[in-house]
This record gives sequence, structure tokens and C-alpha cells, in this order.
Amino acid sequence: MLENLDPILLARLQFAFTVSFHILFPAFTIGLASWLAVVEWRWLKTGNPVYMEVYRMWVKIFAVAFGMGVVSGIVLSYQFGTNWSAFSDKVGNVLGPLLGYEVLTAFFLEASFLGIMLFGWNRVSPKMHFAATIIVAVGTLISAFWILSANSWMQTPAGYRVGEDGLFYPTSWIEVIFNPSFPYRFVHMVIAAYLTTAFVVAGVGGYYLLRQRFVKHARVMFGMAMIMAVFVSPLQLLVGDLHGLNTFKHQPAKVAAMEGLWETQRGAPLKLFGWPDQEGEETRFSIELPKMSSLILTHELDGEVKGLKEWPRDERPPVAIVFWSFRIMVGLGMLMILTGVMAAVLYWRKRLFDTPWFQRWCMALTPAGFIAILAGWIVTEVGRQPYIVYNALRTAEAASPVAGTQVGLSLLAFIVVYGVVFGAGCYYIYRLIHKGPDIASSEDAYGDHGVDHPQIVTDLVTESGGDRV
Amino acid sequence: MFDLSGFIDLPLIWYVLIATAVFLYVLLDGFDLGVGILFPFAPSDKCRDRMMSSIAPFWDGNETWLVLGGGGLFAAFPLAYSLLMPAFYMPIILMLLGLIFRGVSFEFRFKAEGRSRRIWDYCFHFGSLVATFSQGVVLGAFVQGIKVSGRTYAGGSFDWLNAFSIMTGIALVTGYALIGATWLIMKTEDVTQEWARKCAGYLFGYVALFMGLVSLCMPLMDDRIRELWWTLPNFMYLQFFPLSCVVMFFILWRDLHRGNEYRPFLLTLGIFLMNYLGLGISTWPWLVPYEVTFRLAAAAPESQSLLIVGTAVLLPLVLAYTAYCYYVFRGKSSHETSY
Ligand code: HDD
Ligand code: HEM
Ligand code: HEM
Repeated sequence: MLENLDPILLARLQFAFTVSFHILFPAFTIGLASWLAVVEWRWLKTGNPVYMEVYRMWVKIFAVAFGMGVVSGIVLSYQFGTNWSAFSDKVGNVLGPLLGYEVLTAFFLEASFLGIMLFGWNRVSPKMHFAATIIVAVGTLISAFWILSANSWMQTPAGYRVGEDGLFYPTSWIEVIFNPSFPYRFVHMVIAAYLTTAFVVAGVGGYYLLRQRFVKHARVMFGMAMIMAVFVSPLQLLVGDLHGLNTFKHQPAKVAAMEGLWETQRGAPLKLFGWPDQEGEETRFSIELPKMSSLILTHELDGEVKGLKEWPRDERPPVAIVFWSFRIMVGLGMLMILTGVMAAVLYWRKRLFDTPWFQRWCMALTPAGFIAILAGWIVTEVGRQPYIVYNALRTAEAASPVAGTQVGLSLLAFIVVYGVVFGAGCYYIYRLIHKGPDIASSEDAYGDHGVDHPQIVTDLVTESGGDRV
Repeated sequence: MFDLSGFIDLPLIWYVLIATAVFLYVLLDGFDLGVGILFPFAPSDKCRDRMMSSIAPFWDGNETWLVLGGGGLFAAFPLAYSLLMPAFYMPIILMLLGLIFRGVSFEFRFKAEGRSRRIWDYCFHFGSLVATFSQGVVLGAFVQGIKVSGRTYAGGSFDWLNAFSIMTGIALVTGYALIGATWLIMKTEDVTQEWARKCAGYLFGYVALFMGLVSLCMPLMDDRIRELWWTLPNFMYLQFFPLSCVVMFFILWRDLHRGNEYRPFLLTLGIFLMNYLGLGISTWPWLVPYEVTFRLAAAAPESQSLLIVGTAVLLPLVLAYTAYCYYVFRGKSSHETSY
């Protein structure tokens, strides 16, 4: 059965599956690392043990998420070769050094200092430990810098030429690294990671507040998360808008798909909802705000917006997926802004920490960031189809010369393994949340790492007699 | 455009750098994969806890060398990367799946209790075993060469599978287990250490056997390698590698019996180094044996130049802070648990 399937389609499915899994963890660890650095700084500054207990609870969750991020990331870096070898051969000259720099500047930094962050409490001074936390946080940001630069280059390639041999050669590294969409994508993604973490922390804090457990700790979590919601979610709207304008300039077909717009139009309406029909070349049942799309994209009521019919059929991205994912992301962004507004109002009325319906609301929004991030990436990646390097290399020309069976079987294996392993990971994270911070403080810093209970030589007897695995 | 190829031999430098990264990976992840291979055979759960905490702070950093090996190959020799990866598709996927299981087991095991802890113990073991075996298979298939036409891989899905590559797979399992055992001799005490010493004693024999077998098979399988190693005067010079191995094996054997704690680990590393250099000499100058040399596979000089500048600055830095982390967690891992 598998041999009849198109290896390219399978490779795309496999990449989409593994990268979508991967991004959930970086999205969380990038935000969490920075937040943990702030919490530890507060602790060093105030000496208030609540901060330390909050840190110790979340650092364990961080460790689980980080571990899953690492293993799913290693899969990705090898997939460029196994599934996209023609791509690797052709663009290796341009993208290779960026990924090389990611390993050298970020991965080693994160991986090495993570050890100190988790296990180093009594081996280094508190200052050095704080330094390790900061280094890990900076490492995650550097990592995002390089990988997003690589991805942005694939979206808006610049600073390269194509040789007679069909390979890509760099002509200017500055233009490659700081390609036109990179600054927007980087800022948008980092803010997205911060918001994702903020809403997870808010959900957990809200849960404790609702149950009246660990109230002191919950107030720290909830309060800090709400600060993010108030100030940073509107910022995301602004950055997203700028990002969209940039995309309008460089990838107009993608924007036309996001808007579900088929005909080139002056004074194009903004479609709030609708049903894009790829075959019939129209968007059915749409609810429209007149002229808004032109206003947002060109800042003129009668500005011209290109419709999908400008491009031949085989150069249009799958419209419905892009259209709907975009609405999911923006919709969740709006809910986040709304949350910020409500938090500000409640704070002003001095009811921020004792309004049960608001706590439930925040609990419901716990996964919002993850969903928005996946939706955003789907807009970005599906929107650039059928190209893998925009207007320069088609996805179909990028695949490996491997049999569909191999790709299909490995895809199945990844689905099963990720299902089991990451299911377990989420379960352990859930349990850590359920247990809460108090337990953390009664044990040693890394209690759950099995290195807290004194195992001095007196237990020699049990040591030789314990049962086997 | 920035280009250093007029001043230095970039492809050669990159060849050496990638080879070094892969070797460091073999040594560093070798000991923690080895600990994983030995894991279920340890006498007690306490031993296992100590084994785990002796490697828990390091495994992530160790595995990053694998990312550098793969990423570096992609950056400096994209052609080789795009030929080798499809050729070894299945063993590489198997290795990745193995690494997933063992990687998450570190965190999960510490968080699980009772029965489910057992499950992660086994995941840790089998994950390490599968990852190691796959790496050995890739190594065996690599030295036998792959089929190439133009710039693409032209062989089948199962070209990597044969008796020799299975043997190298098993050989690597014993090899990593030996590094793991000597690591434990260095990092633990008492019961765990005694047990590790015993393990190292057994493994010693297997490793020596497999190394002999591989050194014998390679020249027999390939004319070029036979000519290289078994003709005068090369024969005389190249004896350095097998002879130094024999000497180190001898010292290792004595150390294992006399209770030396640090030297066995270093000697095992030395033995691995000699074998690795031997392999390097046999496959020189091929990066995709026997189709593409490292010069042919090299990325554009401007790409290699950009990365070499960063590497010259960053790699020493990486080595320095890696050393710092090992320094922070120095000493016996059982002591670590007793404050
Ligand atoms: C916006 C951020 C971001 C994005 C888009 C990606 N990653 Fe990632 N990646 C990270 C941010 C990150 C991180 C925050 O740095 C991680 C997450 C957890 C971790 O350990 O580091 C990481 C881990 C990680 C690792 C393991 C590093 C280690 O050994 O410590 C590898 C090999 C990759 N990633 C590779 C990739 C590839 C090939 C991607 C694209 C297809 C990719 N990542 C997308
Ligand atoms: C981490 C967040 C990311 C997510 C969720 C994501 C998602 C996706 C999805 C859904 C596809 C399939 C699109 C399709 O085939 O219709 C895809 C394709 C792809 N993406 Fe991404 N992507 C991410 C980041 C990246 C990055 C950082 C890179 C490269 C540096 C990258 C490179 C690719 C490649 C090579 C393909 C395969 C070609 C293709 O199918 O279009 N992606 N990604
Ligand atoms: C609030 C209004 C928002 C607007 C107007 C907006 C706008 C955009 C646009 C136009 C893109 C596509 C860019 C391209 O492919 O060239 C995008 C991508 C993306 N969005 Fe949003 N966004 C918003 C909210 C959010 C939120 C709340 C999150 C997550 C918490 C998020 C996460 C992402 C991600 C991860 C991507 C893909 C990576 C990238 O291209 O930057 N966005 N966004």
C-alpha cells in the first residue's frame, strides 16, 4: 500500500508532523527560560523564598520540556538529509553555515549550562547558578535567531545567485542572514513564545487560586503572567501587522490566500469568515468588512490588493488551510488582548486574584499560545507552497531519492513513538503541576532527580540486595 | 565576497574538524550510551540511580556533538550529507528513535515511581542499545562504500544491510559498553565500581576480538585498503596503530586487576582513538567511500570561510565551558548524593 503513495507527499507529511511537534517545546522553553531567569533574579534581589519555590517547581517542568525539545530537534536536523537531500545539496552553501552557527553558538551553550541549572545548586554559588539560568535563556534566543534566519531565507531569499550547476551560492552573508522577512519573523516568534509561556503559567496560577492551593506562589505566577498579557499581547498585534505588510511586499500570493481574495481589487474588503473554494476560485459565504483589507495592507481605502487569479493555478498555495489557520491565530491573539484588558480592569478594581470566572477563563486559555503558534507556522509554511525556497526552488524538486515505503514507515514510527513518548511527557508535566511547589521546597532543589537523599555508604546491604530491573 | 581559500586549505581543515567532532561524539556520547547498555545488569536500583546521576548533567552536551557532526557535514560538505543520509536512511531513523527514548528517560525516570520507573529504565537501555547498534551499522556500511550516480544516491533501501555491518553494529555495542564501564569505574565507588570493573573485564575480551576481526576484514574486503596496509614500506609505519593498541590493551588489563580508577577510562579512549585513526587512513581521502573525495564534496569556499572564522573562535570556547561543566561535577557521583 505504501509504495503507491507519493514519496514527496509522505516526506512533506513527515516534516510537517515532526516539526510541528518540535516547535511546541521550543515555544515553551524559550519563554520559560527567560521567565525563570526573572524569577531567580527576584529571589536573589528580595530573598523571598516564595520565588525560589516557584523557580524549583517550574525548573522541573522546564527540564522535561527541554528534554523533549532536544530529542525532537535532533530528528529534524537529520531529516534535511534523509528526506530533503536534493534540497540539502542545492542550498547547503547558503543554509549550512547558518545551521552550523546555531550549533556552535546556541546548542552547546544551552546543553552545557542546563546541567548546572538543574543539578548545580550546591556545587556553584547562587550567582553562578543565576548566570547559568541566564546563559540557557540567551542560548534559546540565539537558537531561535539562527533557525528563523534560515527559515526566513527560504521565505524571502536574498544575497544569493544560482550557479550554472543549479546550486545556490551566497553573494552577501549580511543579506542572507538579515533577509527581508527575518526581523519580523524573529520578533513575532519570540513574542509568541513569551505569550505561550505566560498563558501556561497563568493557567496554572489560576488553577491554584481557584482551588485556594499555594496561594502565595499562585499570586506570583498569575501576576507575572498577567503583566505579559497586558503589555505584550497588544505588541504582538502590532508586530503581526508589520509582519503581514512585509509579507504583502514579498509574498503577495500568500497574503491573497490569507485574505481569501481571488480577484485583484481596489478597495478590497476584509473577509472575517468564509469558505475558500480552490476549484471554483471564489470564497463562498463570506462576511466582509468593506475596504478594510486595502486599508490594512496599503493604508489607503482604495489601495490595490492582488488576488489569487494573478497566479497560474499551479503556483497558488492551498487557500483554505492558509485562510483558516490565519483566522485561528489572529482570533487567539485577540482573546489574549482581551484577557489583558480584563486583567487590567480587575487589577484596577483590586479583584485580580479573587475572581473565579477569570481564573477559569485563564485555565481555558492555557493551550492558546501553542495553538496560535502552530496555526501561525501553518500560514507561513503552507502559504509559500509550491516553493520550498520562494520563487527559486520547488518543493517537488527538493526531495530525496528514497522509496515511498521507507518514508511512510518512518512516518508511522514517528507518529507512534511521539504519541507514546510525548504523551508520557505531558502526563509528567501535568503531575508536576498537580503536585505544586510546596513539595519542591520540602525536598532538595532537584529532589525529583534522585540525587537528594543521602545515599551514604551505610546502605551497602540494600545496595547489593536490591531487585533487578 | 569574503573568501579564505587563497590562504588556507579549507576542505582539508573542514575534513579534520568534522572528523574530530564525530570522534568527540563517539567518546563522549560513547560513555553515556555505554552506561545505558549496561544499565539493567547493574546489581541494584541504588546502583542504577548512581549510574544515572553520573551522566545526567552531561548527556545533552554530549549529544550536541552529534548535531555538530551532522550539521557540520551539511554546512561544509553538503554533497556528502545529501548522499550519505538517504543511503543510511533506515539505520539513521532507528538511531533517532533510540535517542528519543533514551533522551526522555533521563527526565521521566526521575519523575516516575514504581512500575512506570521500570518502563523508563528499559526505554533507557533499549534506546541506548538501538542507537549504538545503528551507529555501528552505519559505520560498517560507510566503509564498504555506497552507490552514486551524478549528485544523487543510486543504491537501494537495504544496501547498508549485510553481515559486516551487523558485525560492526555489535562491535560498537561492546565498545561503548567498555567506555561506559570504565567511566563508571572512574565516577563511582563500592559496589557499583566493583561491578563496573567486572563488566569491563568481560567486555575487554569482546572488544579486542571485534577490533581484530574488523582490522582483518577491511583489507580482505577491499583491494585498496589491502594495498595500503599490507605492502611495504607502509606496513612498517602503519604497525604503529595496531601495536599501540596492543600495548594499551595490555596496560588496561593490568589496571582492571590492580584497581586503578582513572587510567582505564583514558586507555579506552586511547584505544578508540587509534582505531578511529586507522579507519581514517583506510578511507582517506574519501568522504563518500569510494565515490566522492572530501575535496569534491566541499561546499563553496565562501561558505566554508564564513563558518571557519566562527569555529576558530567558538570551538575553543565550547571546549572551555564543556571542561568547566565537567569540572563542576567532578568527583565520585556517589558523593554528589550525600550532602
Ligand atoms: C523558534 C525557535 C526554534 C525553531 C523554529 C526550531 N527550533 Fe530547534 N530548538 C530550539 C528552537 C527552535 C531551542 C529552543 O533552542 C531548543 C528547544 C529545546 C531545546 O533543547 O533547544 C531546540 C532544540 C533543537 C535541537 C537539539 C539541540 C541540542 O542538542 O541541544 C536541534 C538539533 C534542533 N532544535 C534543530 C531544529 C531544526 C532542524 C529546526 C527546523 C526545521 C528547528 N530546530 C526549529
Ligand atoms: C518550527 C516551526 C515550524 C513549523 C510548525 C513548520 C511547519 C511546516 C509545515 C506544516 C510544513 C508542510 C507544508 C506543506 O508541505 O504544505 C513545513 C514544510 C517545511 N518546512 Fe517548516 N515549519 C517550521 C519551521 C521551519 C524551519 C525553521 C525550517 C528551516 C530552517 C523549515 C523548513 C521546512 C522544510 C524544508 C519543509 C519541507 C518542504 C515542504 O513540505 O514545504 N520549517 N513546515
Ligand atoms: C494578534 C494578531 C496577529 C497578527 C496580525 C499576526 C500576523 C501574522 C502574519 C501575517 C504571519 C505570517 C507571516 C508570513 O508568513 O510571512 C504570522 C505568522 C506567525 N504568527 Fe502571528 N499574528 C498575530 C498573533 C499571533 C499570536 C498571538 C501568536 C502566538 C502566540 C502568533 C504566532 C505566529 C507564528 C509562530 C507565526 C509563524 C512564524 C512567522 O512567520 O513569524 N501570532 N503572524
